[in-house]
Amino acid sequence: MRDDILRCSGLRKAFGDLVAVAGVGFTIAEGETYGLLGPNGAGKTTTISMIAGILERDDGEVLIDGHPLTPGGVRGKGLIGYVPQDLAVYPDLTGRENLRFFARLYGLSRAEVRDRTAEVLEIIGLTDRAGDPVKAYSGGMKRRLNIGIGLLHRPRLLVLDEPTAGVDPQSRNAILENVERLAGEGIAVLYTTHYMEEAERLCDRVGIIDLGELRAEGTRRELVGLVGERDRVTLTADGDIAAAVRAAGALAEVRRASAQDSRIDIVVDDARDALPRIFDAVAGVGVAVRSVEVAEPDLESVFLHLTGRALRD
Amino acid sequence: MRITLALRAVLLIAGKDLRQRLRDRSLIMVALVLPFVLAVIFNLVFSGTDDQEIARYAVADEDHGPAATRFVDDVLRPVERQGIIALRTVPSADAGRRLTEQGQVAATFVIPAGFSAAIRSGGPVTLRVIGDPDAPIKVQVARSIAESYAAELTSVRLSIAVVLRGAPANPEQAADLARTVRAVPTPLSITDVSATRRELDIKTYFAAGMAVFFLFFTVQSGVNSLLDERRDGTMARLLAAPIPRWAILWGKLAASWAVGVVSMCVLVVATQLILGARWGNPLGVGLLVVAGVLAATGVMAVVATMARTAEQSGNWQAIIAIVLGMLGGVFFPVSQAGGVVGWLGYATPHRWFMRGLADLSGGGGAGIVLPAVAAMTAFAAVTGGVALLRVGRMVRP
Repeated sequence: MRDDILRCSGLRKAFGDLVAVAGVGFTIAEGETYGLLGPNGAGKTTTISMIAGILERDDGEVLIDGHPLTPGGVRGKGLIGYVPQDLAVYPDLTGRENLRFFARLYGLSRAEVRDRTAEVLEIIGLTDRAGDPVKAYSGGMKRRLNIGIGLLHRPRLLVLDEPTAGVDPQSRNAILENVERLAGEGIAVLYTTHYMEEAERLCDRVGIIDLGELRAEGTRRELVGLVGERDRVTLTADGDIAAAVRAAGALAEVRRASAQDSRIDIVVDDARDALPRIFDAVAGVGVAVRSVEVAEPDLESVFLHLTGRALRD
Repeated sequence: MRITLALRAVLLIAGKDLRQRLRDRSLIMVALVLPFVLAVIFNLVFSGTDDQEIARYAVADEDHGPAATRFVDDVLRPVERQGIIALRTVPSADAGRRLTEQGQVAATFVIPAGFSAAIRSGGPVTLRVIGDPDAPIKVQVARSIAESYAAELTSVRLSIAVVLRGAPANPEQAADLARTVRAVPTPLSITDVSATRRELDIKTYFAAGMAVFFLFFTVQSGVNSLLDERRDGTMARLLAAPIPRWAILWGKLAASWAVGVVSMCVLVVATQLILGARWGNPLGVGLLVVAGVLAATGVMAVVATMARTAEQSGNWQAIIAIVLGMLGGVFFPVSQAGGVVGWLGYATPHRWFMRGLADLSGGGGAGIVLPAVAAMTAFAAVTGGVALLRVGRMVRP
């Protein structure tokens, strides 16, 4: 069992009469990527600002690797790598100067600063432009630098606040790949987004937040299970379609199977588990599959189910 | 250990800010070019105008002896009749000092009690000239008048010495007599100012005035960088770092202070070498610069805490800097206005800075600036304290 890097509970923050976050709590284990999914204004940034020690909280507790974290304190903050939603870099300094400044601020020694700056520049693909002022960078390059600063001190918990907002598709893909790689290296990742696809691609578990409250959390499958929807597999095939429907329908994983012309519609609990057995069953009655389409219930439908409105409303 | 790490953070933030400021060409313009150019322009415009007016002087005769009467009637009155000066008598040195401090007269001649008796007995005596630091040329005229009287008294003594010894018979005797005369103590020594009121020449006046005026604009950029960090999102990153929050503020203030001190030092040296300004004792000037920059940083910091954005803060700070500068007499000697306006100047660090330099200009040691340094440090303490109390509004995401 992996250790929890982040444990937060009962987080609450109000701005005047507006309650931005009301009793949010969750845990993230080592190497786990936790997504906080919700529309703009749901309370995602306020929540992670309290977790990162940037914002005073009205109530609640944050433990980083067992250490209590407070905004005025220092302990625990060094274990967090924070990547804010907006670009937070100094445009009149070079990329290297930005990295070195923050590396020193996190207490790295002179040799560590030199080595980690070079490593991070390599990771974010800015080694060739490291000596240029940041104001000369493209938007994507600034985004990469923004993330790179959060990685300098090898944090145990990386907090990313909508890092792909306003980013071109190529840079966005590069950012997502980086996050996947970091999680693979054992870093706990807290990732906020209002893009369902990103949460589905990256996150081991997802917390659905709306109007400052955590409505539900779990793996994608657990959340979809809350809605009661199942995967839908559509095969286009040649041969005895009726026999193929009977063979597939006899499988334990299959809830329902039907056919229309050369198309076979199959409803299953989990398409990923069922597909190999469906292929075997269909092939067993001499039917050749020409194409396969899998439609899984997504987090969008879960969010709609839980809140009564779409993620991008 | 924790303190060491926090100080490290302060220095890191200050170093980063200094690097940013050095790359900001507008700062070079505000901190160095503008004050220097304006000092040159003001110097060209105003030099020579100071001595075209009638100089108003007071004389306090506390002696009432023949030598005092002669100084007033045979030296000062004839000059007055020529229309060069306007003379009024006052009963005491204190009354003259008050008039001078209020700017109603440019200088007061003080003839102390015992003046005539001391001259008769051949002992040394002091004739004082209390001068207004904001009317340097008029004070210089007063000093010259007093010196001319001193020279006259010396020649009288020379005559007496000649009579007593008889006429010189040969060159050796003449040389001997000359040596004797030189050995006769000057009966009159001139102290041209009081301990607290000295004068700046025009070049130094405008060099110092422009330097301290633009100092407030120079330190404002550093103070406002707190608001810039919030606008640019980097404040959140600083707050997330494992450093105490106060380190962020102190890093900013340290950078502001350092930029202010460096710009002032460059201006002091440049105006001295190029314009011929005479700043006075280097240690005294250094103390004034350090205290002046502290006061400027404190004033600008407290204004910044009132603002919501860097732009708003900049506008308010500009207004405050201009008003304080004018009241403090960096463009013209407000003390000559007398009354409330003259005294209001002392509610500004500018006035104390100028006064400290005026005190130094008489050739005194660094200790003479301590009252001005104390006043400016008090400004810094009060305004800085208020800023610290309010800074929570700025050190947040």
